[in-house]
Amino acid sequence: MSETTTKFINTKSVAALRPELAVILQRHANARREHLIPILQDVQEAEGYLSQDAIVAIAKHLKLPASKVFGVATFYNQFRFQAHGRFHIQVCRGTACHVKGSASVLAALCRVLKITPGQTSRDGLFSLEVVACIGACGLAPVISVNGEFHAGVAPDKVASIVQSYRRKIA
Amino acid sequence: MSEAVSSFNTDDIKILAKCCERCWHSPERPCPDLINCLTSGPTCHNDPACNERAQSRTKTARREKLDRPVIFIGTGTCGLGAGAGKTLAAIREHVQKQNLDVDIVEVGCIGLCTAEPMVDIQLPGRTRVSFAKITSDKVPALIDTVLANKIVFEDLVAQFRDEKLTPYEGVIFQDQHPFFAQQTRCVLVNCGIIDPNNIDEYIARGGFCALAMALRKQTPEDIRNTVFDSGLRGRGGGGFPTGQKWKLAAQENSDQKYLVCNADEGDPGAFMNRAEIEGDPYRLLEGMAIAAYAIGASKAYIYIRAEYPLAVKRLIKAIATAKANGLLGHNILDSGFSLDIVIKKGAGAFVCGEETALIHSIEGRRGMPRPRPPYPAVKGLFGKPTIINNVETFYNIPTIIERGAAWFKAIGTGNSTGTKVFALSGKITRTGLAEVAFGISMRDVIFTIGGGVLNNKNFKAVQVGGPSGACIPSQHLDLTIDYDSMKTVGAMMGSGGLVVMDENTCMIDVAKFFMDFIGRESCGKCIPCREGTRRLLEILTQITQGRRTEKNADALLRFQGVVLLERLASVIKDTSLCALGQTAPNPVLSTLRYFRDEYEAHIFERRCPAHVCPELLNYTIDSEACVGCGVCIKACPADAIIGAPKQVHEINQDKCVACGSCLEVCRLNAVIAA
Repeated sequence: MSETTTKFINTKSVAALRPELAVILQRHANARREHLIPILQDVQEAEGYLSQDAIVAIAKHLKLPASKVFGVATFYNQFRFQAHGRFHIQVCRGTACHVKGSASVLAALCRVLKITPGQTSRDGLFSLEVVACIGACGLAPVISVNGEFHAGVAPDKVASIVQSYRRKIA
Repeated sequence: MSEAVSSFNTDDIKILAKCCERCWHSPERPCPDLINCLTSGPTCHNDPACNERAQSRTKTARREKLDRPVIFIGTGTCGLGAGAGKTLAAIREHVQKQNLDVDIVEVGCIGLCTAEPMVDIQLPGRTRVSFAKITSDKVPALIDTVLANKIVFEDLVAQFRDEKLTPYEGVIFQDQHPFFAQQTRCVLVNCGIIDPNNIDEYIARGGFCALAMALRKQTPEDIRNTVFDSGLRGRGGGGFPTGQKWKLAAQENSDQKYLVCNADEGDPGAFMNRAEIEGDPYRLLEGMAIAAYAIGASKAYIYIRAEYPLAVKRLIKAIATAKANGLLGHNILDSGFSLDIVIKKGAGAFVCGEETALIHSIEGRRGMPRPRPPYPAVKGLFGKPTIINNVETFYNIPTIIERGAAWFKAIGTGNSTGTKVFALSGKITRTGLAEVAFGISMRDVIFTIGGGVLNNKNFKAVQVGGPSGACIPSQHLDLTIDYDSMKTVGAMMGSGGLVVMDENTCMIDVAKFFMDFIGRESCGKCIPCREGTRRLLEILTQITQGRRTEKNADALLRFQGVVLLERLASVIKDTSLCALGQTAPNPVLSTLRYFRDEYEAHIFERRCPAHVCPELLNYTIDSEACVGCGVCIKACPADAIIGAPKQVHEINQDKCVACGSCLEVCRLNAVIAA
């Protein structure tokens, strides 16, 4: 670990370690390299995403260079580095969904929400993500909003689904 | 997932409760005869009252002897996706309101996804009957009629066959239903039937018998020989003989060996592992325990996709319950054999299905494959001998041990014994999971079990085995399914996803879809896979593009790509490091082999015969058929359609993005795509 990184960790992130993060790291006391991915998963579940501070703190906890931790985190599709919208929409782009027209569902979602995959709408309500396969191929095309499944989605149903979530917070 | 789904209370454990004070079994000091005593008896202290009590408990758990009606509801992920959560709430509400004395049981998925949400009802003394598509609004009517001993014929699927119970007249049995008739259910035998959270039901149906038998009466070598003789091959896709793999690991001398269950099902179009775990999690634990005993491993990992939260939840519960009853953990059933099973959640990388990549991922590194040998069976997880098997492989183990190698070998064909679970999806009438014996024809699976192509369209191809697989056209539909026959048509078994495609599917678009997928999922370690698949995608994209600006050498470059497509694909195949890259060009090669005419139409005529590739499509409005209703104007996202009400509309070709929205909404067939 370079001197500057060490300094950075010591002065900034540990002092400002958020309590939830400290609790997670405490739960993984004496963690080894093999616990890196579970720790990243726990942190993301608690905070919604992996912040720069979190990555640096995890690296220090595991006595690994922060670059290695970041390298692992960016390799896997599950990890993200910015917060989601209040409603996180996952569009399944598996083969079965593709054959049944999930591309036009995705296009319709982009149109309705005015964002592209990976973005969050400006009001912070919706974020859009493309996933490889949700595993509900029998009901294709499928989208999932905060883990709630919508099966057999057609492009013209998209607007009413989005509207139903808008209504939930109104 | 709603909280209702995970309803589980430890009071449910009735079978495993002590019969009387003389039963001394406890997790700390397990009784070697526990399973035998619980299921077949007699008990060690041979008390008639205890024997009877044990038998009565088993009967109850098997639901042979009911004192009140039971309502079963399928709450796997696909069931919940179709609205089973709301149906369940409606059932609970109705039962409470009417003050009915019934049991409500959540079961896994029986495999008939198109019929979800599925509700089964069993009245005391009568057979269990399944009903399809029970949305919450249908619940009160359904329950009231069935409890009044009438069967609603609309939405009825079938009744279960059971000699001890009175069947309903005029209702077909499950084994007569076209979806189930040709199936041989060994792996899925409990899925959709039992409560996956309830260990009693699993034990009452013969669960853990194989483990008890293996630990008491057989040596690890016996088990390895049985599995070897049974001819079981890996169900994850490669098809390597499981017994041989186990023997390799057994030969190794090491202080620690590992067993890994690969439940990182990432193939788009395959979902059998999820359904298996959600529907019958204890069977996985039993299969793994037997495997660990056979190879001498004391620690096992289940590497499961984080995208399957319900499966993870059920597994966690199952491991805890099994451990609390001495069926996992230290000194299982007093045999001296111990096994710890740890769940590792995958983080979403397709390449982690490859075993060396999976090992790196468990170790907390990037999931990148390494060259083999040394094989994981010699040097795997943390440098120790490691055996990695697929979920479905483990599901076969208990039956093989219980019924013997000869029984298993009698199912299937010469080199492919046993059964395989296929996931039917795409443009097929009945989607879902079907378990068939090897040797059945593809036509039977798609047209009999699956009910044929959706909406009476023409069958074009079936995509087998995900991104590593191939598209099989209609002339090969009579192919009998086994590991070797698949290779003769350039496909491979893969994990068993079958995606049916009809005339409206463009094969170049499908090839493009897979190249895009592989390009994103390639780990990037070796160049042929990383750069090659990207180049394949580029060439395919060029083929599906219209004539943009073809300046200077543009046309020449496009043709160079076309000419080199096949050569590039074979180079990637020959030079990639792992199976992901070696099989990545398969979708391109197989579509080139069987659908060359479609490629030619795209390349030479710049035409997409299936009307899919937007840039090669030209939408026009038939002035004779158009009445000027304006529906298409509203649907058009690009404001490309013009026309006053009740006047013939027109499409502005410069603005048109060829999305097909107008074609979809026009009820007069006035929109023409060409």
